[in-house]
Amino acid sequence: MRVLHLDLDAFFASVEQRDKPSLRGRPVIVGGIGPRGVVSTASYEARTFGVRSAMSMSEARARCPHAAYLAGRFAVYREVSEFVMDQLRAISPLLEPLSLDEAFVDLGGSDLPDLSPGPVRKLADDLRATIRARTGVTASVGVASSKLMAKIASEQAKPDGMVVIEPGAELDVLHPLSVRALPGVGPATAARLARLGVKTVGDLARITEPDLVDLVGAAHGGMLHRLARARDERAVSTERESKSISVEDTFDRDVTDPTLLAALVTRLAEKLAERMNASGHSGRTITLKTRLHDFTTLSRSATLPAPTDDPRTVSRVASRLLSEIDVTGGVRLLGVGVSGLSDWVQDDLFGTEPEAAEDPGERSAGGFVGVRTDGASGEDAPADAVPSDGDRAGDVRVGELLHETQAWVPGMDVVHDEHGPGWVWGSGLGRVTVRFETAGTPPGPVRTFAADDPALSPARPHPQALSE
Amino acid sequence: MKFRLDRDVLADAVAWTARTLPNRPTVPVLAGLRIDASDGQVSFSSFDYEVSGRVSLDADVADGGTVLVSGRLLADIAKSLPNKPVDLHSDGSKVTITCGSARFTLLTLPVEEYPELPELPAASGTIEGTAFAEAVAQVAVAAGKDDMLPTLTGIRIEIEGEKVTLAATDRYRMAVRELTWQPGRPDLSAIALVPARTLVDAAKTLASSGQVTVALGGDSGDSLIGVAAGGRHTTSRLIDGEWVPNYRRIFPTETATVARVEISTLIESVKRVALVAERNTPVRLSFDEGQVVLEAGSGEDAQASEALQAEVDGPAIATGFNPTYLLDGLQALGTTFAHLSFTETPMKPVVIQGVDSAESEPDGGYRYLAMPIRLSG
Repeated sequence: MRVLHLDLDAFFASVEQRDKPSLRGRPVIVGGIGPRGVVSTASYEARTFGVRSAMSMSEARARCPHAAYLAGRFAVYREVSEFVMDQLRAISPLLEPLSLDEAFVDLGGSDLPDLSPGPVRKLADDLRATIRARTGVTASVGVASSKLMAKIASEQAKPDGMVVIEPGAELDVLHPLSVRALPGVGPATAARLARLGVKTVGDLARITEPDLVDLVGAAHGGMLHRLARARDERAVSTERESKSISVEDTFDRDVTDPTLLAALVTRLAEKLAERMNASGHSGRTITLKTRLHDFTTLSRSATLPAPTDDPRTVSRVASRLLSEIDVTGGVRLLGVGVSGLSDWVQDDLFGTEPEAAEDPGERSAGGFVGVRTDGASGEDAPADAVPSDGDRAGDVRVGELLHETQAWVPGMDVVHDEHGPGWVWGSGLGRVTVRFETAGTPPGPVRTFAADDPALSPARPHPQALSE
Repeated sequence: MKFRLDRDVLADAVAWTARTLPNRPTVPVLAGLRIDASDGQVSFSSFDYEVSGRVSLDADVADGGTVLVSGRLLADIAKSLPNKPVDLHSDGSKVTITCGSARFTLLTLPVEEYPELPELPAASGTIEGTAFAEAVAQVAVAAGKDDMLPTLTGIRIEIEGEKVTLAATDRYRMAVRELTWQPGRPDLSAIALVPARTLVDAAKTLASSGQVTVALGGDSGDSLIGVAAGGRHTTSRLIDGEWVPNYRRIFPTETATVARVEISTLIESVKRVALVAERNTPVRLSFDEGQVVLEAGSGEDAQASEALQAEVDGPAIATGFNPTYLLDGLQALGTTFAHLSFTETPMKPVVIQGVDSAESEPDGGYRYLAMPIRLSG
């Protein structure tokens, strides 16, 4: 009875339903809204239509055409997540966050006088009540003797419930479950096991260790043998040491223009460097990942003499790696990552100088990114203003491809001078439709505006998001 | 072709010429070593389109002529011969080497396919061989090894009349050495970027030959450097492209803290402490009154620390360095004490110079600049 596993129920979708009263009780799907997007979270209402996370958006739309499709507001999710993690940390400093909506807690680090079912239930009840009251989303909690069993317990508790598996009851709970309930058993392993007639964890527990090792290899086989007996010694580890950091994006259409690809790599490198800075990391090995038009995925990496966190260095190396790949057929996805992480950086002597070593002729050529492809915006513009127009046009295209332009994205928070706060319900053809409601109002009215209506502007998430 | 040479003279000449032969020549003839014989003179040459080498010697020449033979094989043979006069003699497609009772027959390579060696450019000036070799070695430690950044693999030579400035950097450290020489004309002004490896090798192997002649030029403008001494010369193509523009600006203009430390003690200590610095993680140096504390390793890894006596003027300062970069600079100084000057921030580069005592001021002749390591984020 040491390990508590908490999982927020349909987290992103729940936050959306909280802040958008008209969506409560209705199917809500949060994910990439572009033509190549995938589902991040589906509300329970949407799940009844067979929509699952990681499903392609187009399939989701086919299964559940009347759902609300939203792009997601990660700043809000992060804020709620931080609140929840703070609550957990207050229970015990031995916290292992797995993602924004999921964490293990080692109750051995709590103030509980003993870890018997009574006090543990009380603690979990209080926790769930606080989370619900303060964030408006519900959490499912599982408590058991190990990480494996705690996670299975919270799975059984879903949605909005709590399951405590008392010591001694583990195998009764575990053995009827499908082998897929065990960590490390994916479709491939499950298919192999099925050939031996193994469907449930109970079936698995009857296979000898040597037979399992024969089937799935030494490390994996040994682990499955233990897990099938509910033997899980994995400790809740507070420090999840990251091994690599990466950013990537799938484009709505394949990109072939080499100048644009170069600009995309540069922008991804900048984003990566921002992430590295935020987490205090530097790294030695830069990796460029490309998925080509035919889904061939190629990665190239290069190792620097010393770790860096400088966006220009990351960009320079990533661009060089891009040049080693034949991308003439078009690129579907680009990613830039860094590994060999450290917490120190060997800056170079020229670092503080504005790229003095670069050929000035080359730089102005780079400035024409957008001009060449989009056409100059105005012929009467003074000659020296052209490169900056070009930069802007290029930036816009890069921003669009990386889904970071300030378009009216479904679900985003906006404010109208006259009608107040609301969210984008849909947009297109030069118009944007907004529903004016917030977490604290009843379902509100819908109004449509011109997309360039000066009275309408993007808003920070509504401040009442986290109620006091 | 027929001539006679002393075994040692031949072995030295062939070894020196053959040292730049490519291991995997792009065309087979480039593995060859060319031998020219005429009126009392024999020369041995090698060339790979980048670097050429040529040794000219006085010899008893019976018949003149030109042949091309495998350079490696000739070098191996020459150094294994007994210490007796060596006769070389070509006959059709074969070269026969006779020394005492040893006799070798080598096949010749088609000399008509061998590229013409570049002419040695006209002399620009001269300099004492050992001084030149020392200066080149001092800056070469900072040269880059990354072929993706070719200009940084070079040593920049700047000539202004009597003053020669050598400089190299790999982005992380920079070494600059100033010295005087005897220019061909007093108003000589030139800049050249020479592959560091080639220049180090040329300067080192010619160091013992007294005065060395340096020549910049070439048939297609200023594209070639020649270094010549004692009947030997090397030419090398220069590196195209611009080196670090206005590099002097990188040296900090102000100094807040100066530390003087005995070099051999410091080098030994850095090496010891760096034993726990895996993969060039930093060695941290904290300078405070009268001492410097060296530390490496952190957290759950192995750790080491050591304190040394140091003359420290100015506010205490602590900063970290890649131990290799630090050692390269310290080992290049060639003096008893190292003079380290820091700005007020540990984020700016340190300037390391050599001084003779804990009281002396540096003369600015050699400066090694190293960029410190900082914590990320």
